[in-house]
Amino acid sequence: MSDDQAVEPAPGLSRRRVMKALGATLGAAAFGAAAAPLLDQEAPDAAALFQRHYKELSRDEKAEVIQRLEDEAREAYGRNVSIADPKPRWRTKFAYAINLSLCNGNGKCVEACHRENNHDRETNQSYIRVLEMPKGTMDMEQGNTTYTHAVPAEGKFYLPVQCQQCDEPPCVNVCPVEATWKERDGIVVVDYDWCIGCRYCMAACPYHARRFNWKAPVVPADELNPEQGYLSNRVRPQGVVEKCHFCLHRTREGRLPACLEACPTGARVFGNILDPQSPIRRVLEDKRVYVLKEELGTKPSFFYFFDA
Amino acid sequence: MSRMDDRPMDIVTTQPVQRHRVTYPRFLARALAAATDGSLAFYAWMTGLTAVFLVGVNAWAHQVTSGMIHTNMTDHVSWGLYIANFTFLVGVAAGGVMMVIPAYLYKDKKMQDVVILGEILAIAAILACLAFVTVDLGRPGRVWHMFPGVGRFHFPMSMLTWDVVVLSGYLLLNLHVVGYLLYTRFLGRQPNPRWYKPFVLVSIVWAISIHTVTAFLYCGLGGRPFWNSALLAPRFLASAFVAGPAFLIVTMLVLRRFGRVDLPQRPIDVLVRIVRVAILVNLLMVASELFTEFYTGGAHTAAARYLFFGHEGATALVPWIWTALACALVAAFLFLRPGASARSGTLAVACVLAFVGAWIEKGMGLIVPGFVPSTLHEIVEYTPSHLEWRVSAGIVAFGLLVYSAALKVALPIFRGTLRLPGAETAAPEEGS
Ligand code: SF4
Repeated sequence: MSDDQAVEPAPGLSRRRVMKALGATLGAAAFGAAAAPLLDQEAPDAAALFQRHYKELSRDEKAEVIQRLEDEAREAYGRNVSIADPKPRWRTKFAYAINLSLCNGNGKCVEACHRENNHDRETNQSYIRVLEMPKGTMDMEQGNTTYTHAVPAEGKFYLPVQCQQCDEPPCVNVCPVEATWKERDGIVVVDYDWCIGCRYCMAACPYHARRFNWKAPVVPADELNPEQGYLSNRVRPQGVVEKCHFCLHRTREGRLPACLEACPTGARVFGNILDPQSPIRRVLEDKRVYVLKEELGTKPSFFYFFDA
Repeated sequence: MSRMDDRPMDIVTTQPVQRHRVTYPRFLARALAAATDGSLAFYAWMTGLTAVFLVGVNAWAHQVTSGMIHTNMTDHVSWGLYIANFTFLVGVAAGGVMMVIPAYLYKDKKMQDVVILGEILAIAAILACLAFVTVDLGRPGRVWHMFPGVGRFHFPMSMLTWDVVVLSGYLLLNLHVVGYLLYTRFLGRQPNPRWYKPFVLVSIVWAISIHTVTAFLYCGLGGRPFWNSALLAPRFLASAFVAGPAFLIVTMLVLRRFGRVDLPQRPIDVLVRIVRVAILVNLLMVASELFTEFYTGGAHTAAARYLFFGHEGATALVPWIWTALACALVAAFLFLRPGASARSGTLAVACVLAFVGAWIEKGMGLIVPGFVPSTLHEIVEYTPSHLEWRVSAGIVAFGLLVYSAALKVALPIFRGTLRLPGAETAAPEEGS
C-alpha cells in the first residue's frame, strides 16, 4: 500500500521500512532463542499427544495406550511392568475406617503408600499424612504432621488423613475437563493423561488429599513397583494431579490396600460396605464413628472411631 | 447497511462487499504501519517491553520443560503469583467498563471520544489473564481438552468453565466493538449504532459477570474458609472499579504529558468521581470482613490472623498486606481531597497507590492466605520464586505491548489523522 498517503514524509519511509523489517527479524530471532528450551525437548509421539479421555477409549485403543505405556516404562527402567485396568466390581462400595485408639502414629502406612504407589523418592511423597493431636481436642489446628520423636508420645493421639473418597467430592465438581471422577465403587480417580494440571481440585479439596507432580517423579529402577494400575499407581507424568485411589489395582482384585497391610497395630479396617459380612460393615454397625469436616457436606467414605 | 446519514460524498458507499475486500486489508496494513511507527521514546518503550516479554517467554519455556518445580508453589500452596495476577487483571479488565457506562448509558459526549481506551484496556487485560492461566497449567499442551467438541468441557458444574466462557466472551465483545469503531472511523463514516450499541450494552453486563464469576471460583470452595465469604464477589467488583479507572487515568495523564495527545479533562474528572466511591465501598467491605473474622475468633480466623499478624512465627504475608492497606488508605485520602483531579502529579500518585493496593489485596493478599494454613492446618509459606517473577513480568509486558500498540492505532484514527485516503476529504469536519 505504498501509494497510500503516508503518515511520515516520503523520504523517511524507505529507511524506516528497512529499520522495521530489521527490527521484526531481530525480534523473531530473539523470540526463537527465548523459546528454544521448548523445541529442545523430545517430541512426544502423536498418539500420546491426541490421546482421548479414558472413558472415550475403545477397548482396542486402551490396549494400545497401555502397550505404549508399558514399552515406555521398560525403556525408562529396564524392567517389565504390567499395567492393569481393573474395573469396579459389581455390588461393591468401598469404605475405610481407622481405630484411633489403636493407631500409634508409627507412620508405616505412610511409607507403604510411598513404595506401593511409585511416589517420587526425593520429595518423599505419600498420599497419607498423620497428624499428632493433643488428647482432648478434635481441632486439627492443634495437630502437627512433622513430629519426629518416638511414638506414641504422652498425651497425644494420632490422626491419619488421606483421600476421604467423598460421595459429594468437591474436587470432581470443579475439574474443568472431567479429568477426575467418582467410579461406581466409590473411588475417586484421575486420568493422568487427561488432567491439564490446573490444580483447581487441590484448592477445592478440604482434606489435603491431592498431590501435584511439580516435576517428573523419580523412582530408582530396583525400587519400582511393577504391578501397576492405569488409574492408580503407574508412574505419573510431570504436571498432573494424583491422589489416593484405595489401591484399586489391589482392592478390585480382592486384596487389601497397602497402607492397611503395613499397619502393625491393626487400626485400619477396609472393605465393601454392601457386603453384610465385611469387617467394615461391623465397624459401621457397632461403633460410633465420625467423619472429618462433616459440616462441609462432602459425605466421606472414610470413618474414624475410638474403642469403647 | 449504508444508512441515510452517511456522508453524501462518501466514495465507499458504492459496491459494499467489494469495497470491504479492498479497504479492510488497507485498514489492517495502515494499522500495522501506525502501530510500528513513532518517536524514539516510543521505540525505546516498545523495545524495552519486548525484551521483558522475551525474558518471560524464556522463563516459561524452562518451566514447561523441567516442570513447575522451579516455582515456589507446593502441594500446600498450590496457587501463587500467577493466579494472583490473573485474579487482579480480571478486575482491571472489568474496570474498563467504568468508561463505557458514562459514555453510553449517560451519553457523556466527551467520554465517548476516549471510551475506546477502556475497551482497549479490557482487551489487553483479558489477553494477559488468559496468559496467566495458561502459564499456571501443568500441561499447557493439553488445553484442547477444554474445548467443547474435541475435549470434555465440564459445563456447567465447574466454575472454571464458566470463567473461560465469560472471559472469552468479554474478549470477543470488546474486539468486535473496538474493531468496528476503528474501521468505520478509518473509512470516515459514522458508526452505525446497530452494529455496536447492542454489543456495548451486553459488554456492560458482561464486565460485571467476569469478575463475579472469577470471585465464585474461590468463594464456592467450602474447604477454604478464607475465601468462603458471600462478600467476595462484591469486594472484587469494588476493587476492580478502583484499579481499572486508576490505570485509565494514569494512561490519559501520560498520553497528555508525554504523548502530546490533546485529551479533554472531563473523562478524568468522571473517573476520579468513580474511584472516590469505589475506594470507600471497598474499604468498608474490607473492614466489615475483618470485623467478622477477628471479633468472632475461632479456627476460621487462622488465615486472616496469618495474613495480618503472622501465625506461629510465619510472617511472609504481613509486610504485603500492611503495604496494601497503607496504599489504599493514602490513595483514598488523596482521592477524596477536593480538587483531586486538578493536580495531575498528585493524581498520578494516588492512582498508582490505589492500583498497587488493589493488586496486593486481590492477589497475594487473597490467593495465598486461602492456602495458609492448609486444610489440615499445616503452615507452609509461599513467596514467589525468581522464575515466577520473570514469567509474570513477561506477561505484563505482553499486555502493555498490546495496549500500547492498540492505542497507537486508535488515537490517530479517533482524532481523524489516520484515514483511508479519499475518505479524509469526504469528512473535512473531523480532520481539522
Ligand atoms: S488439576 Fe487436573 S484433575 Fe485437578 S481440576 Fe485441574 S484438570 Fe482436573
